[in-house]
Amino acid sequence: MSLQDELKAQIVKRLPELDVVIGWGQGYDSLHRTPLFITSEADVDKLVFDPLCVHNLSTYLTRYGSAKRIGVVVKGCDSRSVVELLQEKLIHRDKVMVFGLPCEGVADLGKVKRALAAKDLDMGRVRAASFADGDLVVTVSGQEIRLPMAEVQADKCGRCRYHNAVIHDEFAGQPITEAAPDTYADVAAFEEQTLEERMEFWREQMERCVRCYACRNACPLCVCRDYCIGQSREPNWVSQRDGLEEKFFFQMIHATHLAGRCTECGECERACPVDIPLLLLKRKLGKEILELFDYRAGTDPDAKPPLLNFKVQEDTINERGW
Amino acid sequence: MDALFLADDKLSAWLGELAAARRVLVPVREREAVVFRPYAAGVTPVLDRQANVPPKASVFPASEALMSFRYTKNPENLGQVAVEVHETIDAPPTVVFGGRPCDARGFLVFDRVYDTPKIQDTAYKKRRENTLFVTLACDDPQNTCFCNSIGSSPYDATGSDVLLTPVSGGYLVECASERGKELVESKLLSDGNALREEAKTVHASALSALGPAWNPSPAKAKLIEKFEDMGFWEDVSAKCISCGACTYLCPTCYCFNVTDERTGMKGERIRTWDTCMSYLFTLEASGHNPRPTKAHRLKNRVGHKFSYYPEIHGGPIACCGCGRCISLCPVSVDIREIVRLSIERPTAKPENK
Repeated sequence: MSLQDELKAQIVKRLPELDVVIGWGQGYDSLHRTPLFITSEADVDKLVFDPLCVHNLSTYLTRYGSAKRIGVVVKGCDSRSVVELLQEKLIHRDKVMVFGLPCEGVADLGKVKRALAAKDLDMGRVRAASFADGDLVVTVSGQEIRLPMAEVQADKCGRCRYHNAVIHDEFAGQPITEAAPDTYADVAAFEEQTLEERMEFWREQMERCVRCYACRNACPLCVCRDYCIGQSREPNWVSQRDGLEEKFFFQMIHATHLAGRCTECGECERACPVDIPLLLLKRKLGKEILELFDYRAGTDPDAKPPLLNFKVQEDTINERGW
Repeated sequence: MDALFLADDKLSAWLGELAAARRVLVPVREREAVVFRPYAAGVTPVLDRQANVPPKASVFPASEALMSFRYTKNPENLGQVAVEVHETIDAPPTVVFGGRPCDARGFLVFDRVYDTPKIQDTAYKKRRENTLFVTLACDDPQNTCFCNSIGSSPYDATGSDVLLTPVSGGYLVECASERGKELVESKLLSDGNALREEAKTVHASALSALGPAWNPSPAKAKLIEKFEDMGFWEDVSAKCISCGACTYLCPTCYCFNVTDERTGMKGERIRTWDTCMSYLFTLEASGHNPRPTKAHRLKNRVGHKFSYYPEIHGGPIACCGCGRCISLCPVSVDIREIVRLSIERPTAKPENK
């Protein structure tokens, strides 16, 4: 039985206990998948799982009242958000059923876009897409183009330590045994630039921001949403203007509120309609948290996130020794 | 009027000429996004694909000061405060170069609201008058394009002042309005009449690439019929994450917010883009919110474009078919599908009514 069929069978089996199961279905064209809300057995047929299932569906878990029982299909990275939500008691374990998957990596449509643009082709015109022998095969403007997955895979997948869902009630397919180390080499490389160069980089990136809050709303852990202080009038901390200061200020709020909570799923960056590399900000804080607290968010449902905890003497912070 | 020809290698020279007396906004690439930025020598416009962000801000900035104000206390009587108010309108002469027909047509939707016999939005109107559109006809539409279904086409020059069509070696340049004439006086443009036929072929092939058009007009009545059918709206909005990407990137979404931003005794009244996808959009001072869920809000967005607006303004749909709300939605909410379902699906009758 294929992984997808196994998953479908598990959902059919558990659906009577649940109000809805959230998975992925076919989107508006062959390169896009879209969140699928399964409430009947007929819906299960629409379920898809392949490297184009990029969305972290756990972002929907906090959008239902506590009365509903929700099933959610998760890849390894997505499952860490479920764990973090449980750690913070933002969802209840008995209200959530996790359909875990092993994942070999998802495509980064930004990279697909770039790879096609390099051949003077437009991703928006792709007519067919399939996977064969480790390649993403697309038909665009009358040509068949093979893009090796290794080249169009999301960066997060290349450094993934958690290919398998870290929490699950059902698990489809065979667990993947390898795990890549994550040395935060990308952050280190970025930090080799001078402060002025880094500031200039972010200035340029933030200029494009349209303050649509797609980054915030795609984030499974940015749970204030309608009550976000980046947007609220009372308190009115961030001006309504569209200057660099406001855009930057909001992203700083977003990033710092996620310190020690962010699982680096990259949904902020993927959701951005103007391609601002927002994950880099989150990665910087993730690196700091790892070095300070030896902690990776969303890996252990029983662990206390370091910034939601108090220790008189932190293990790795020398508070009185100088 | 005669058609003209602009050779590829004269494009930057022409942009230079245009930019001498005006602000010229061109689509440029920043990482994988295409956005409109002021043209300057050395800037390479991206003309082979639709910009992520439409040139909406050229006429309707994301944030603009409507006026500045200053309070002055009377030193003799501190309870007495005078206020000085200055209207501030920033409307530089502008050319939007390389937008698509849908981008320029977006402002026709604005015009029916902000420039009417009854209501004149002075800041909008001034910028509208000062902004000209040199539009590029599409030769190869994207999967999310549907301009042909909302009564337009990939070469529709309505709302534009000059229409460019890509032909071999350059562009066919056609004046599309009285005001466009001043833009095509350049000596860089030569006679292009011989290329009219080729341009027609480009137009026809772009239109046929869009596939068969569908008719959204039955949605006008159907969306009203479905107003109380919250089951329908909960279903079609399930995946929506309530961000503002669809509205802010929409060439026809014209809603705004007004805020007085004051520091000490002085400040500005600013107008900023607003989005009906946000909970705050309809949050009332009492705390009541008539659109408390994303289902209510998406119902408004689709209903406004395909039903209420055409009802109020005598027919036209408030959508230009650019497809950005589909292609740039983080979860691929598809407005075409919602409109289609609103027409096709039977309406659930509310109980006890």
